[in-house]
Amino acid sequence: MDRDGIKHVQSERLRETVERVYFNVPYYRNRMQKAGIGPESINSIDDLHKLPFTTKQDLRDNYPFGLFAVPMSEIVRVHASSGTTGKPTVVGYTRSDIATWSEVMARTLTSAGANRNDFIHIAYGYGLFTGGLGLHYGGEKIGASVIPISGGNTARQIQLMHDFGSTVLACTPSYALHLAEAIQESGIRREELKLRVGVFGAEPWTENMRREIEEKLQIKAIDIYGLSEVIGPGVASECQVQDGLHINEDHFYAEIIDPVTLLVLPEGSSGELVFTTITKEGLPLIRYRTRDLTRLNYEKCKCGRTMVRMEKCLGRSDDMLIIRGVNLFPSQVESVLLEMSEINPHYLLIVDRINNLDTLELKVEVDEAFFQDKISQLEALRQKLQTNLENSIGLGIKVTLVEPKVIERSEGKAKRVIDNRKF
Amino acid sequence: MIINQLSVFLENKSGRLTEVLEVLGKENIRITALSVADTAEFGILRLIVPDPEKTRELLKKHNFTVNLTEVISVMAPNEAQHYAKILRVLSDLNISVEYTYAFSLGDKSLIILRCSNTDEAIKALKSHEVEFLKASDLYKI
Repeated sequence: MDRDGIKHVQSERLRETVERVYFNVPYYRNRMQKAGIGPESINSIDDLHKLPFTTKQDLRDNYPFGLFAVPMSEIVRVHASSGTTGKPTVVGYTRSDIATWSEVMARTLTSAGANRNDFIHIAYGYGLFTGGLGLHYGGEKIGASVIPISGGNTARQIQLMHDFGSTVLACTPSYALHLAEAIQESGIRREELKLRVGVFGAEPWTENMRREIEEKLQIKAIDIYGLSEVIGPGVASECQVQDGLHINEDHFYAEIIDPVTLLVLPEGSSGELVFTTITKEGLPLIRYRTRDLTRLNYEKCKCGRTMVRMEKCLGRSDDMLIIRGVNLFPSQVESVLLEMSEINPHYLLIVDRINNLDTLELKVEVDEAFFQDKISQLEALRQKLQTNLENSIGLGIKVTLVEPKVIERSEGKAKRVIDNRKF
Repeated sequence: MIINQLSVFLENKSGRLTEVLEVLGKENIRITALSVADTAEFGILRLIVPDPEKTRELLKKHNFTVNLTEVISVMAPNEAQHYAKILRVLSDLNISVEYTYAFSLGDKSLIILRCSNTDEAIKALKSHEVEFLKASDLYKI
């Protein structure tokens, strides 16, 4: 379809979506009324700039289901991902949304070269995280044989990869590298495996990493992009040309804005990616700020498709970290620390990548008033902190108690995160 | 007989213990006894010094986390059976010894004890004619 045709379809779907949120979501109705606009003000994509932005905070403020546009009886699935503090960001799907999700995931897998004869090895986590189930439904839709192995237990992954004959690998890029090395060290030779292509996402990864994965695993490494608020994986994905990720813009309309001024930037500029869902029913979102930084390319791709492409995302306009594919905001750590009087609120988060797996360490100062003479008491404190954190952030973390003043103080905003990873 | 022992929190990093001792050395502080309790993650340095309060302030000024803990100082004949008797007296009364360390002084030995209940421990040991060492005498060693 040419760009004009695409725009026509998008405008029609936008009108429907705006009506849907105006009449069904009090939060959007209030904001639109305050801005003096109603559904009749929005006729096409060109009017999108009149509408307000939506942020993660808005989802949190309306936790859990406040932004849903249908009654809960029509929601057939709920997923969640990390919010800026303790509360997760919750998303919901109607039956039709699940069908849409399966469709965009089917496109993702097909453009990666997968078909019904493939064995899709899904090592993304299954559960509230959208990665596992997203790939799962896409794999079933194309008729492939889906292996829902989820994350962890690398030795078993390799064994089953061998025994079942997995051909398509779905996991985070860092886990793919980890697997590559584990295969070399296992008794199983690469020639005994049937892996052909991988679809990797949920965390940023460079061209260098891609080359490394392709060399070490001897597969084609395809970049996929998504976020649960928009739908999950399936928002955008690479084709065989591997020159940008095609956005499924018949379902998700993309804009690039300046994260400071919030103005829409001209075609081809780098800036923050904003999505408006134009077909979702359960949780339609207007101009959702992803905080991911990228650039859009509207030229026709060598593969023949005209859907706009986005560049690999490598940066963010906020302080969110992605660790082993899981979102983490430093403020989540802070809110756990503030609840414990035994420690000073001065902390340092150190992120590293060892053997291709992300590691997380928290250095925290013991408060002098709490320090007594007992080893067991300090050990208990360290353990309590580790447990509270792991329960709250959903990630393994090593807690190290340090002496006071080890952690730099500063006049303004203290540097709380050291990220030693180089992608 | 009740001694204020200094405890200092140490990160498991090379040079931390050295730094504490250098700080004390610069002020010519005499150390009567020293021990380190360690785990894989961190350690607690325990010191017996003549002026615990002043030394604590000094270390705090150098950004160490310190605290004072009451321990008991006992003088006993330098034979294992006497040490055993002391520990038996305490365990019979369900007073737990969190830690202890001891030094030979020739015929006698100096024993430091940290008990779950300092006053009860002193009462019990007194009634068994255990000899205590006064703080002022301890610091003369």
